[in-house]
Amino acid sequence: MLSQDAIQKIDREIAKYPAEQKQSAVMAALAIAQMEKGWLSTETIEAVAGHLGMAPVAVYEVASFYNMYDLAPVGKVKITVCTNLPCALSGGVHAADYLKQKLGIGFNETTPDGRFTLKEGECMGACGDAPVLLVNNVRMCSFMQPEQIDRLLGECQ
Amino acid sequence: MGALGFILNAEEGERSWRLAEYVKRGGYSALKKIIDENIPPENIVAELKKSSLRGRGGAGFPTGLKWSFMPRQFPGAKYVVCNSDEGEPGTFKDRDILRWNPHMVIEGMIIAGYAMGCARGYNYIHGEIWEIYKRFEEALEEARAAKLLGPNILGSDFSFELQAHHGYGAYICGEETALLESIEGKKGQPRFKPPFPASFGLYGKPTTINNTETFASVPYIINQGGEKFLELGKPNNGGTKLFSVSGHVNRPGNFEVPMGTPFRDLLEMAGGMRSGRKLKGVIPGGSSSPVLPADVIMECTLDYDSIAKAGSMLGSGAVIVMDETTCMVRALERLSYFYFEESCGQCTPCREGTGWLYRVVHRIEHGEGRPEDLDLLNSVTENIMGRTICALGDAASMPVRGFLKHFGAEFEYHIQNKKCLVPEDVQRAGSGFFKAA
Repeated sequence: MLSQDAIQKIDREIAKYPAEQKQSAVMAALAIAQMEKGWLSTETIEAVAGHLGMAPVAVYEVASFYNMYDLAPVGKVKITVCTNLPCALSGGVHAADYLKQKLGIGFNETTPDGRFTLKEGECMGACGDAPVLLVNNVRMCSFMQPEQIDRLLGECQ
Repeated sequence: MGALGFILNAEEGERSWRLAEYVKRGGYSALKKIIDENIPPENIVAELKKSSLRGRGGAGFPTGLKWSFMPRQFPGAKYVVCNSDEGEPGTFKDRDILRWNPHMVIEGMIIAGYAMGCARGYNYIHGEIWEIYKRFEEALEEARAAKLLGPNILGSDFSFELQAHHGYGAYICGEETALLESIEGKKGQPRFKPPFPASFGLYGKPTTINNTETFASVPYIINQGGEKFLELGKPNNGGTKLFSVSGHVNRPGNFEVPMGTPFRDLLEMAGGMRSGRKLKGVIPGGSSSPVLPADVIMECTLDYDSIAKAGSMLGSGAVIVMDETTCMVRALERLSYFYFEESCGQCTPCREGTGWLYRVVHRIEHGEGRPEDLDLLNSVTENIMGRTICALGDAASMPVRGFLKHFGAEFEYHIQNKKCLVPEDVQRAGSGFFKAA
């Protein structure tokens, strides 16, 4: 079940598209649902499908195609590190190594207290700011040297 | 930064993206001129053709020609779509344009709607830049409140509605028909062409898709004229261009310079090589363009024709600079992994071929390369290129060919010696991450 607040937000997205094209709002609806629930369970996907009048499998197809949807539970703080070449030249891979060591986890793992999940990301379109991290899909952190990473982890504790 | 250009000239303050500031800089005067003087749409297209503006997303297709493909008399719905789904490794210019000058993109899109007879538009914004997406939505609200957007713009009978669509992490959606599929609420898998979007686009209606920077160039062309824009650059390569410089330089960032600027000048603007190290190679137009060795790129000017002559592509203007600490095998391994990860899986040559490319480069990098591997890599690229629905297969193949052509000896060294030519500690120092330690 989605909250009233989520439904209202989704309806605002539906209004962006022609009346007969509600399906266009599916990406936004999934993002809104994920922000509320933390991840996309089958029940959540079915709720989104019901609201948009889509077949659940069509919604699942979208949820599984785009990288930023989580189809399994993640920690409260999901950190995605870009390790692609332009970032790697300025420390992207080393920032990921540093985070792995600090958190004691690898990519696609969550700390035992359920706080942090670490993900390897692809190009975020911010290569000039490398190393770049994305926190919970919405907050981009630039120029993340060891000191800045320490500060971020401290803030999130 | 941006002193020579007109797109990034707004970055001197955090609030400078606001409507009031944009209007103070002459913003929306092109739209006002069109409405006040009742300029015929075909004159706008003609002006764009005169300007030699070429698509800034990577393909470099002449914008005026693209706009002329739209059936203006077609009675039903037609769409204008902006591609801000910037995810080609090395490219980060659209983020800065939307961050500092969202109204310039909005104005360009409204003019496009007017010129092509479209009543609706969408700007598809890259998933990872949520803050930029929110800002764009705010800018749209400002434009609506000022009657620059919506019904009866500036009191005329021209109406245009524009919305932002937020992506959620798929490189392939930068391909224009995949992007349309994505707006329609589906997996972003490219469509077979023809039909092209100008006849069968969003929701099956005529649609024109341009890059963020392309739309941002339109108001200038209307205000100053196509010839003035052309003069900013060089023949067949009109205007200024944003170059995103990343990698081993002292000051990575976006630089807006005239087309035809020498590469060595751009390198200087980016603060030169990090720690004064030696330049090894440059990927001049985003990760899919073939790498060029130092001596070749240092003689190039930055325009479509010069870079093409050197055997690469200007692409999106993403300049990835690599110094002597770079292992070229490891560099290619990461790029090959990216294309393998991002292939949408629709066409067999790309789905299977990108996996082959990655696995073979991976085993060379990890000391398990075989003498026949370089031929194998070339053969796989031959079997991908030109055999897929969209350009991702070619985009995955071109870097492999470029690296083998110019740095083949380093790959052979890896295969023979089961280790890298560049010592591990030298590579580690190159990134600058551990400088504090």
